[in-house]
Formats: sequence, structure tokens, C-alpha cells
Amino acid sequence: MALLQLSEPGQSAAPHQHRLAVGIDLGTTNSLVATVRNSIAVVLSDEHGRSLLPSIVRYKADGSIDVGSPAQGAQALDPRNTIVSAKRFMGRGLKDVAHIESMPYDFLDAEGMVRLRTVAGVKSPVEVSAEILKVLRARAEASLGGELVGAVITVPAYFDDAQRQATKDAARLAGINVLRLLNEPTAAAIAYGLDNASEGVYAVYDLGGGTFDISILKLSRGVFEVLATNGDAALGGDDFDQRVYCWILDNARIGFPSIEDTRRLLLKAREAKEMLTSHDETPINAVLGSGEQVNLTLGIDAFAEITKTLVSKTLAPTRKALRDAGLTVDDIKGVVMVGGATRMPQIQHAVGEFFKQEPLTNLDPDKVVALGAAMQANVLAGNRTFSDEWLLLDVIPLSLGLETMGGLTEKVIPRNATIPIAKAQDFTTFKDGQTAMSFHVVQGERELVADCRSLARFELRGIPPMVAGAARIRVTFQVDADGLLSVSAREMNSGVEASITVKPSYGLSDDEIAGMLSDSMQHAGDDMQARSLREQQVEAKRLIEATEAALEEDGMLLAAGERAAIDEEIAALRKRIEGSDHRAIKVGIDSLNAATQDFAARRMDKSIKRALTGHKVIELKI
Amino acid sequence: MNPDFTQDFFALFGLPRAFRIDLALLDKAYHGLQSKVHPDRHAHLPETERRLSMQWATQVNEAYRTLKNPLQRARYLLLLNGVDTEHESNTSMPAAFLMEQMEWREAVAEARAAGDHHELEKLMLRLQHQSSDIRGEIERDLDEKKNYTAAADALRRLMFIEKLEREIDEALEALES
Repeated sequence: MALLQLSEPGQSAAPHQHRLAVGIDLGTTNSLVATVRNSIAVVLSDEHGRSLLPSIVRYKADGSIDVGSPAQGAQALDPRNTIVSAKRFMGRGLKDVAHIESMPYDFLDAEGMVRLRTVAGVKSPVEVSAEILKVLRARAEASLGGELVGAVITVPAYFDDAQRQATKDAARLAGINVLRLLNEPTAAAIAYGLDNASEGVYAVYDLGGGTFDISILKLSRGVFEVLATNGDAALGGDDFDQRVYCWILDNARIGFPSIEDTRRLLLKAREAKEMLTSHDETPINAVLGSGEQVNLTLGIDAFAEITKTLVSKTLAPTRKALRDAGLTVDDIKGVVMVGGATRMPQIQHAVGEFFKQEPLTNLDPDKVVALGAAMQANVLAGNRTFSDEWLLLDVIPLSLGLETMGGLTEKVIPRNATIPIAKAQDFTTFKDGQTAMSFHVVQGERELVADCRSLARFELRGIPPMVAGAARIRVTFQVDADGLLSVSAREMNSGVEASITVKPSYGLSDDEIAGMLSDSMQHAGDDMQARSLREQQVEAKRLIEATEAALEEDGMLLAAGERAAIDEEIAALRKRIEGSDHRAIKVGIDSLNAATQDFAARRMDKSIKRALTGHKVIELKI
Repeated sequence: MNPDFTQDFFALFGLPRAFRIDLALLDKAYHGLQSKVHPDRHAHLPETERRLSMQWATQVNEAYRTLKNPLQRARYLLLLNGVDTEHESNTSMPAAFLMEQMEWREAVAEARAAGDHHELEKLMLRLQHQSSDIRGEIERDLDEKKNYTAAADALRRLMFIEKLEREIDEALEALES
């Protein structure tokens, strides 16, 4: 549509209902959902009062699915069908997944993303994540008493395009409208910054169950500007468990463990890690399936020693982020700790030593991301109040480029560029009469294509035959505010065009998602027709509401004839809403949207001019 | 319909068209514009509007990036004055400058091979002084003398210096990890 809901400070926007929106932290170990209620961000709990949902999904032979605590209890009993830490597999091929040897799953190396064979069939990590999201969505709808307008879903800042796309697909599968993918450290910074009215440059050190992020942000007058981000998308608390597990195998006199015992010992390892956040030593006792016993004591110094290399693996990205931001540790005003794994004393010690200051831990490191996401969701849904006027400027974590001759990468968009961003690069044909050109889109910092992540391959066909070097092919990369890339290529002389949203090689195709969606709806007894109709009706009503508000505010930007045309479209759409054909309503929506495009552009221009007269205007000397 | 992006970047931010720029004002104007056009402000609105907002925010980011960086800013000003330094064929440089560049490059390579962190940082500091001098030259050429040929020459030298700075950065990064 076309209308911008703009309001100047002191003026309120058109009155509207409070829209139900949530922030979801889809974590490796635990997931949470939060919302803003009476201007305060709160984490929503289940009927037992638990706020953390263990990110564990168990597929059962009868087709039913357990998520959270019930699945957690079955980990050691039914390890093959009980999927933990599925986030580690999102957008990943089999060769990318670490510690695969100690995982109890039956992996399938499908094209692009790894799959898991369970008793209920082959599952993609996207489907597993969707099960977690469905539970959180149901929790939110029960708690808020209505259908959600949308959700902000957080992702590690260092997630690449394939991992982001997989996360968005999971939300779509769970029937959630994604308002925005938000970087986890940025979400934490919102919750922290707004809570403390902070100003200055802050570092957010976020060590979760399976991912590590470091972000450097500048906070000034309600603007959160990410200067640089770095990290390791395969490093987290799980790896500390893994080290303790290996230590147990080295020190206990036991044989090679079964997959059930592996799961049992990994749980013991995690318990030991958690105990050591508040104790100097911890016993590790277990009885294995074979009858063998483990009776060990792990001290805090030994724990620090076996995990030393993991801790230093977080400091290298931290140095790089500072360097990219053009800053030194002396410029950092505070260090915010996020993620359950930052409770480990050796982490707090190492971070404190690196930044030469005590890290900030006054917000619950498990909840701060969900709370920040909820605050952002509230703003994005349009529930804006005067005090919510903050602006978020985030960056892309990894460079995007194209493969050139000799398997080399040509960077098109550099890492840490503020999004949204678009860049174009021109290429030409190298053979006489060449009519097609293929492109390989990659992401990463390395010079060799083989060392970067392959995102997609596509081909521009139908180039008119010309002598070598005469064609001018412009490839445009556009990264949106979710950090997702789309690429288009165009031959400038003839106008031949090819365009793709980057997903094929490491994501699910649209057809696959549509198939999964209809499967899951049949399973839930949902009527797809009725659902589509309801969705289109809601969309149409919102469009009319927003259009009328815009007409009231800026109707003077239109000539009488233009105004009449829009009014006619509104009346026509109103009629269509009464009917029961969702396609007809969609046509009406598109038609009203088309009719208001010019109006929207004029409103945008007006608001831009107003932004400039807000501060002192300098005389132009041209 | 696509937004009209014919307005030049200086006018977009309400700044005078000059190399010498008030960075605090630029930041303020940038934040002011983004808080109007950014996709986060339009996320609750339908598709067309979200696309328009993304196009605008992309353009505002591009304008900000261009004006914030001295080299980009100089190149953009030259372009506005009809001198295209990106697609030029004339890249001849004074012999003395080229000699100096070769010496620099050797010094960086030596320090890198020796793993001499301290020496690399010393070289970086000297380079930064030199690039600051060249920026002063560009400012006089562009803003006072309006001598675009001289400004383009200085810009080419600045590009060499920045390339060296990047090399030192990479060497330092390699030493750290």
C-alpha cells in the first residue's frame, strides 16, 4: 500500500488497537517468547510457570511430537528421535557440523541442508525448529488472548544468509509472520540500553549454547548503531559440555559408550559445568547401560584448563570486531554479557581482563535477548508511543561476493556494511556470440571460493550475440533489513533480466515449504481455505484503515481526481471483504496498493523534507 | 514507481556541497532521515510501502557512506564537477611518488615477514600523517582553488596510501590470530 504512518513528536498517530506482537529467542539450548504489556517487556511462561522452553523435539512412532521438558526427559532413552540443539544444523551441510561422531542421530546428507531420519520420517532442521516455534506461538496466543500480528525472531549476528533464510522458513512453517530477523546482541543492547538510558560505545559479548557473537555498538540519543560484529556460528556452551564429556571418557575406566550412554554423559557434563559456576568442584556420578560406573570429581581449575582454548577462541573475533570498528578497548564504555554460557567464571574473568573492566551482568543473560526482541516487535507492529522512538542501524556480518575466474572471490558487499544496502557490479562476456552467463554467489572473507559458503548459482540467458566484451551485464546485490540477500542480473543493452532470492543451494525451495505447510495443516485439522480467507480479510481491513488515516493526514497532497480514484478503490475492496473468495480480496488489495503508490512516494518525500527542517538548515552554496 | 534519487547526497542531508564537512551535522541528518525512512518504521505496513522504505533507506545509507569517508567524498565531489576518477584511463603518477610507494611496500613486507608488530604500527602512524596531509591538499584544491585536476591527482595518491593502510591492517590481523 502506500501510506506511511508518520507522526511528528507531540502528535499522535491515528488511534488503533494494540497489535499483538512478540519477540522470540530461538536458542540452541532454550527458547523464549516475550511481549510488551503495559509498556513493560515480560517473558511469557507456560501453564507451569516455566519461561525457558528447552529447544528439544522428540518424534514418536505414533506421529505425535513432544517439545520442551517432556522431550528433554526422553533424551537418554530415545536419543535417535530426540533432537537437541537443532539450531546447529540450520542451513548447514553434513560436513559443516562439528562433533558429528558423538551425535546419536541418523543423518542424511541431503542437498544443501542436512536431514535427520526419525521414527516419524525424515526431518529437516527447519521442521524441527518450526515445532519449537509452534509451541511458543501457542503459548503467546493463549497468554495474550488473540492471534499474533507477527514476531521478531532473533538470530546470531554471525549467522550467514543460509542460516537466516532457514530461520525465516521455520517461522513461516510455524504460521508466524516474521516482522524482522533481529541479531541477538542487538536485541540485548536494546533491552540493556533502554533500561539504563546508556550513551557511548558498548560491546555485547554473547555466548549461547551453540553460537558466539561479539557486537560493538554506539548508543546515542536513541540510536543503536552497530559499528562491527564478528563471531563463530559454531561455538557455544555445548562445546564446553563436549570438553567435559571427553574429560570423563579420559578419566573414567569405561568402554566406548553407546549412544544412550553418550547422551547420559553429556547431560552429566552439562550439570557439572553448571555446578562449577557457583562451586569450586563438582562430583560426576553415573551408572551406564553396561553397568559400568563413573565416579569422578571435576575441580574448577581443571575445568578452566580443559576449556582454555574455547575461551581464547572467543577473544580472536572480539579483537577483529574492535579493529573493524576502528576502536581499542579503551573506547569501550561497558561490556554487556549475554547467553547462559557467560555465567562460567572463566569467561567472566577472561572478558574482564580483555576489556580491562568488570562486565555488566545486571540483566538475566538467558532472558535479555527475548526482552529486547519483544520491545522491537512492539515498535515494528505499529504500537508506537512517543517514548519508543529509537532507531536500530545494524550491519551484515560477512562479506558477499561472486566467483570470478580461477575460483577467486570478488567481494561485492563488504562485511560490517550498514543494512539495507545495494551494490552493483558490471561484468562482460569473454567469448564472441556468448548468450548466457552463470553466476555463483558466495559469502565469507576468504579469497578462495572453496573457503567461502556457497549461497546460490544462477544463470542469465538470452543475451543477444555480440563480440566478446561488448555486453554489459550488471549484477545487483540487495541486502534487506533482515540481512537477507537477493541478486539480480541484467544485460544493460538489451534489458534481458534474471533475478533470484538467494536460497536454492543451502535452503528449502518454496515448493518444499508449501508441501510441509499443507502437511502440517492437514495434521492439525486446519482448513487452509478458511485460514487464507481470514488472513486476506485482516490484511484488507488493515490496508483500508491505514489508507484512510493517511488520507486524513495528507489528503492535500492529492488532486481531486486522484483522491476520487483512491476512494473508489477503498469502496471496491470493502465490497470484496464481504465475499468469501480470498483470491478476489487479494486482487482488491493489490489494486488499492497500486492506486496509492504515488501518494505513498509523495508522503515519503514530505516526511524527508520535514526531517531536514527539524534541525538547523545550512544555506546551500552551490 | 521508484523513488526519485536524483537529488545529490549533500542536498539530501541539507549540507553545503564541499569537501570540508561537519561530521556531527552529517550524523545528525543521517539519523534524522533514517528515523523517517528505515524499514523498521514501516514494518507494519503492506508490501509496496515496505519496498519503498527499503529503497529509501538503502539510498540514505549509500549517501552517508559516501560522504563520511574522505576519499569517497572527494571522488563524489569530483564526479559532481564532471571528473570521473573511477573510470579514468589517466593513472600516471609522479615518479618520485611511485618510488616512495615501493619503499613503503618493502618496509611493510619486511615488518610482516619479521612479525614485527611494533614496526607495523609505527609505519601505520606515519602513513596516517601522510594521508592527513593529502586530505588537507584535497580540501584546498576542491573548496578554495576549485582546481579539480590537482584534486584528482591528490586523490589518486590518497588511494595508494589507503591501500597500504589496508595491507598493514591485514598484516596486523594475521599476526594477532
